[in-house]
Amino acid sequence: MKGNVIKYERDNIDTDVIIPGQYLKVHDYAELALHAMEGLDPDFHSKVKEGDFILSGRNFGCGSSREHAPIALSHSGIKAVLALSFARIFYRNAVDGAFLLPIEIDFDAYSNISDGDELDIDIKTNEIKNLTKNKVYQMKPFSDIIGKIIESGGLFKYKPD
Amino acid sequence: MNITEKILARASGREKVSPDDVIFANVDKVMMHDVSGPGVIKVFDKLKKQGINVDKLWDPTKVWVAEDHFVPSPDKVSAENIVKLSNFTKNYGIEKHFKYGMGQYGICHTLSHEEALVLPGEVYVGGDSHTNTTGALGSFACGLGHTDVAYVLLNGKIWFKVPHALYFKLNGKLPEHVMAKDFILKIIGDISTEGGAYKTMQFGGSGINEMSVESRLTLCNMTTEAGAKNGIVEPDQKVVDYLTSRGASNISLVHGDDDAEYEKIYEYESSELEPVVAKPFSPENIVVVREAPSVELDKSYIGSCTGAKYEDLVAAATILKGRTVKIRTEILPASISIYKRAMENGLLKIFLDAGVTVGPPTCGACCGAHMGVLAKDEICISTTNRNFPGRMGHIDSQTYLSSPLVAAASAVTGKITDPRDLK
Repeated sequence: MKGNVIKYERDNIDTDVIIPGQYLKVHDYAELALHAMEGLDPDFHSKVKEGDFILSGRNFGCGSSREHAPIALSHSGIKAVLALSFARIFYRNAVDGAFLLPIEIDFDAYSNISDGDELDIDIKTNEIKNLTKNKVYQMKPFSDIIGKIIESGGLFKYKPD
Repeated sequence: MNITEKILARASGREKVSPDDVIFANVDKVMMHDVSGPGVIKVFDKLKKQGINVDKLWDPTKVWVAEDHFVPSPDKVSAENIVKLSNFTKNYGIEKHFKYGMGQYGICHTLSHEEALVLPGEVYVGGDSHTNTTGALGSFACGLGHTDVAYVLLNGKIWFKVPHALYFKLNGKLPEHVMAKDFILKIIGDISTEGGAYKTMQFGGSGINEMSVESRLTLCNMTTEAGAKNGIVEPDQKVVDYLTSRGASNISLVHGDDDAEYEKIYEYESSELEPVVAKPFSPENIVVVREAPSVELDKSYIGSCTGAKYEDLVAAATILKGRTVKIRTEILPASISIYKRAMENGLLKIFLDAGVTVGPPTCGACCGAHMGVLAKDEICISTTNRNFPGRMGHIDSQTYLSSPLVAAASAVTGKITDPRDLK
C-alpha cells in the first residue's frame, strides 16, 4: 500500500476538527469528504489525493463516536492514519466499518517521517518503508481480533471462531 | 473480578474474564439518536446491497431511540433525518421512540436514567460517545459507532476487549460549593484526556456513597473525555430507589468481588477539592476558578447531558435567585421530565426573572450545531463536556467548562466566578 503523507505534528486531533458538529446531520459520504479536517486544515480537501496517509501524534480521533470521522477521511482518499496512539471509538469505527487502517507507530517513525514523504506500508510484515528517505520502520502489529476483522473486510464479514 | 468484569463475564457466558480478553458480549439495551440513527440506516442500506439480510432486528423491545441532536429541526436535512428515523422505528417495530414535541423526550443519556431504560448489571451500548453516563447506575455502558450499533441491532452482541480498570476513591462528602463536575474535571486534569483510554474508570469511597445518583451520572458522563471505555459506580440503595421511583422493577445488583483488581487506585480528599474550570481547548486544561484568567465572557450555557439534570438546575437556581444575569445566558433542561419539575418547583420563574432564556432539551449548542452557536472570538462558560476548537461554534470561539454553580455565578458577573465570591 503506497501513498504520500499529510503530517499534522500535534496530539489530540479530535473528531470535532476532523468533521465539525454542524455536519453530523449529513450522511452523504461524498459530501462529508468535502468537509474533512475542516476544523484544522481548510485546505485539506484541495490537497488530499487518493491513497494518501495522515500522520499525527497521540490520541488521534478523540471525542465523539461519530462514524462521520473515519468516513470523511476515507472518502477523501485516506487509506491509513499513522499515529502514536488512537482514541478507542475512532479506532474501532475505522476497523469495524473497514474505512481505513489505524496504524500505531513509535516516536522515531513519527519524528522521522516528513510531510509529503512517500511510504509503502505492508501490514503482513508490519513494515513501513519510507521511499523518500530510504528508511524502514516497524508498525505496532494489530491485535488478534483487529487483524482478523481487517483481513475479513470489516465486522460484518468477520466470522468469530 | 471488579464490577465491570463481573458484568462482562455474565454477558459473554464465561465464569471469569480478565483484562485484554476479547469477548463477544450479549447486549441488554441499545440506543441510537437522530445522528447515529441515520448513520445506522446507511449501514443497513449498504448491507442490503451486499445481500445481507436486514429484514428483522434481533429484539426491537431492547432498542430505544432519541431525537436530541438536531431538534427542533434547524433545516430541511435535519427534518428529513427525523422522518427517516421515524420510518425506521415504525418498520422495525421499535416502540420506545422518544419524539420531539410528543411528551417526554430529551437528550438520550438523560432519558436512559430519567426513564429507567437501563438497569444495574446490564450491558448497554449506544450510538453516542457519552453513553458512558449510564454506568452510574451500575451497568456496563459504552459508546459505539454506526457500524457497531447496526451489528448489535441485527445480532444482539458485540465484541469488546475487557478493559483494565482505574479506581478513583473519594474520601468524604463534597463541600457545598464543589460539584461532581469539579471532581471529574480535576481527575481529567490529573490523568489527561488520554489517561483513561480503553479503560474502565470506577468511582467509589465515602464521597461517592454520599453522592446523589445524578452527581454520579456527571462523573461517568465525562469519563468519555478521559478516553475511557466505560465509567461505573457500584450500585446501592440510592440507585434502586431512583430507578424504582421511575417505574423500574426486577432490579438485581451486580457487585465486584472483595479481591477485585485495579490497575491503579487514585485517592482524593473532598475537603481539598475546589471549583475548577477547563480552559480552551481541552477538558484537561484545568485551573481552579479563583486562578482562572480574567476574561470578559459573552455567554453562559447551562445545558447538555452533563450539566442540565434536575440537580444541576437547582444548583443554578440557588445562585440566580434574586439576581440578574450580566451576559447572554441560556438554560436548556436535558429532558421534558426535568423541564416539568423545574416548572413545578419554581425554577423556571427564578431563571426568567434573572433574565435567562430557557429553551427546549437539545444537544444543539453543545456540539456547535444550532440553537445558540458561538460567533468568532466569543467566549462561553458552559456546563457541557468538551471545549475543543470550534466545538460550540466558530473555530475561533472559546469555551470554558464548569459546574452549573460556576456557570451561574459567572452569568451574574460576566467573568469566571467562584460561587463563594459572589456578593
